[in-house]
Amino acid sequence: MSALLSTRALSKSFAGLRAVHEVDFDLEPGEIRALIGPNGAGKTTFVSMLIGRVAPTSGTIHFEGRDITRLPAHARVRLGMAYTFQITSVFARLDVAENVALAARRRLGGDRAAVARETAAVLERVGLAGHGDALAGDLSYGHQRLVELAMGLAQAPRLLILDEPTQGLAEGEIAAFRRLIRDVAAEATVLLIEHNMGVVMALADRITVLDFGEVLAEGSPAEIHGSAAVQAAYLGTGADA
Amino acid sequence: MNARILALHGGLLALLLALHFVLPVYHHGNLARVMVLACYAIGYNLLFGYTGLLSLGHAMFFAAGMYGMGMPLYHLGLGAELAFLAGIAAAGGLALVVGLLALRTVGVAFMIVTLMFSQAFYLAILLAARWTRGDEGLVLAGADRVLFGLDLTDPDIRYLLALGLFALCLSAALWLVRRPFGRVLVAIRENPERAELLGYDIFRHKLAAVVLSGMFSGAAGAAYGLMFGYVGASFAEVHFSIFPLLWVLLGGAGTVIGPFFGVLFMFYLIDISSGLTPAYMLVAGVALVLLTLFAPQGLVGEVRRRWLRWLP
Amino acid sequence: MEFGPYLMLAALEGAVTAAVLALMAAGLSLVFGVMRVVNVAHGEFYMLGAVLAFVVAGMAGGGALGFVAALVAVPLIVGALAVAADVTVLKRVGYDPERTIVATIGILYILQQVTLMGYGPDARPVAAPFNQRIALPWVEWGAGGPSLYWPWGLSITSYKLFVIGAAVVVLALLWILMTRTRIGLVMRATQLDRETAQAFGIPVERVYALVFGLGAGLAALAGVLIVPIQQAHYLMGGDALLLSFIVVIIGGLGSLPGTLIAALLIGLSDGILSVFFSPTLAKIVATLLVALVLVFRPQGLMGKPAR
Repeated sequence: MSALLSTRALSKSFAGLRAVHEVDFDLEPGEIRALIGPNGAGKTTFVSMLIGRVAPTSGTIHFEGRDITRLPAHARVRLGMAYTFQITSVFARLDVAENVALAARRRLGGDRAAVARETAAVLERVGLAGHGDALAGDLSYGHQRLVELAMGLAQAPRLLILDEPTQGLAEGEIAAFRRLIRDVAAEATVLLIEHNMGVVMALADRITVLDFGEVLAEGSPAEIHGSAAVQAAYLGTGADA
Repeated sequence: MNARILALHGGLLALLLALHFVLPVYHHGNLARVMVLACYAIGYNLLFGYTGLLSLGHAMFFAAGMYGMGMPLYHLGLGAELAFLAGIAAAGGLALVVGLLALRTVGVAFMIVTLMFSQAFYLAILLAARWTRGDEGLVLAGADRVLFGLDLTDPDIRYLLALGLFALCLSAALWLVRRPFGRVLVAIRENPERAELLGYDIFRHKLAAVVLSGMFSGAAGAAYGLMFGYVGASFAEVHFSIFPLLWVLLGGAGTVIGPFFGVLFMFYLIDISSGLTPAYMLVAGVALVLLTLFAPQGLVGEVRRRWLRWLP
Repeated sequence: MEFGPYLMLAALEGAVTAAVLALMAAGLSLVFGVMRVVNVAHGEFYMLGAVLAFVVAGMAGGGALGFVAALVAVPLIVGALAVAADVTVLKRVGYDPERTIVATIGILYILQQVTLMGYGPDARPVAAPFNQRIALPWVEWGAGGPSLYWPWGLSITSYKLFVIGAAVVVLALLWILMTRTRIGLVMRATQLDRETAQAFGIPVERVYALVFGLGAGLAALAGVLIVPIQQAHYLMGGDALLLSFIVVIIGGLGSLPGTLIAALLIGLSDGILSVFFSPTLAKIVATLLVALVLVFRPQGLMGKPAR
């Protein structure tokens, strides 16, 4: 099997409450996968287990054929996974360039010139080229989301997990963001948790639907759009579409 | 940018060297003490100012350096050079053990755990009075205080060696905080969870910071003992853990040059007030409260915030 | 004296220590529980209690009347002082846990050094209002079965019994205050969730000031009670603070019942252990024990694991 990332019977309970229940999940290299589901479906808990922020109650996680279930988060990141936070988590009192440089430096080491080049390139790519000297905490919310994404890109990950990246962004920013993710997908596999169905339908190669901590459906955007079960559980509410 | 930083720190060292030739005896001696204590403050700042870990027990590292140097020198007749290294090693070893345990906690628990370990260390010095001479301490003979042929009882040599040690600590700190390692420490201080998810092993970085900080403090302790010929339990007391916190807060946490000014300022404040009243520690108390309330950035921190954002 | 009576004497002395310690630690625990801050100056409120007891008792003409005056007035004075410290300092650093510790270290030095300036470096006693020696019996198994006798030296003073009794009464009142009154309910609500409490119209800042004052008042009361046994000295706060830390941490931070059990445990074992070990060694062991409890069982020996 050639899956980049796979989980088997992955479960998490909080004080007896089943947040995620026996999820089998396979991510193929190079795809853009969207993970959708109603609020409280367990999406964030699920990806938190993938990256190692939350320890699973049971089940296994493999990345590139290697069992990473017990690895700490930083070791998973070193293997080539990157994660951007749902609630923006930048280094607010450091400048934007240093935020991104911190992400690049782990990979490039003490080579200052290489780090500076990579930082400048990534900032250019996300459209923050002129903001390198600003303190990250002084940026607008939309720009902070871009810093978050730039930190993900600067790590040159093989798998980029984006937890609700467009939340709170304006329409114009979302369009730019969509182009950017298309672009990133050429180099990295992308796992996207997203509420904005427009973004999901436009970007995703495949969609996985979580509901009550279980996989409700999985398929191409067209299949998911046509699925009655998904309609009932999720799209039917129409709230986020 | 590099030139500015070099000029500033090099300038301070050059000024201190120039002062050697002009200062009156009393202040000359004071400044030698201030420079050694500044090394202690630099070590403390590495952990508190850069890594964001507030220890209330650094006196144990200072004292471990002092006793680690003093006891082999006093009892075994070890040469001053090796004794000095033994002091640093003792402090580093203690810091490793304390770090491995205390770093399992964060925040307030970390503060209290370090306080408790330090208190236990202080009491252990009193308990082992047979070797440490308890409260009395060890007075090192002048004949033993010779470092590479330099007689440490001579105030001029003392001043220059203190300056040498300070220059070494200052440059080492400057180098460390500008390296990737130092940047990661700052990242951990600012947002440990984010740093972890950039692939940095937080625990190992913190542990390294504790050990380095302990070794700086130990070097200062060992040097202080050698230069002034006395190794005493009072240096392991709680006061001596509070002092570096006070110096660093006053000078500016997370600045390379701040700790020196913190020590200098506090040293003279206490020096002047102890001439007026036995309750001179009142100054320390008032300073702590005022700093927490009005100037959490400290002197150099405030300068950096207002004018010189490039200060490391 | 034989071993049995000797141990009983140590246990009784330990019970006195435990009583004073429980009062003090209850104050520290209350402050930590409700406000989530560690008050490093707590030992100095205890010291102030003892020193002011000397001052107030002297002003009231000494004797039993002087002592009663101190017992009533001193905790109120110290409590008011603590409220002032809360409003002028702690409130302004927003009860940030780390900055509060640094600020209370500052307050510690201020209180201690001002006491040194005003009261001086000497240790001074206050006379106990009553101090009858009460001889205690011991059981002996002789040829004719168990019989009671009064070993020489096995005794306690009426004042020490009073201290134990007073601590029990005060702690019971504190318990009733916390569990049966509106003020207690408000305190517990603030402890559970500061924001929600605020949203429900609880004046959180006034509650904090009150709690800080109450905590300091308890420490001061402990200080007043101890002066007839142990003299008042400006440096007496340090050891007391350390012991209360130990009690509060072992009992589980912020848990009142845990604190009481731990005070009993530490007080009794302190009395009994110091019979066998050097006090320094006993202190080292206790200090390391606390550090290790915090490292490996931060919820305390008696607390339940968090979540």
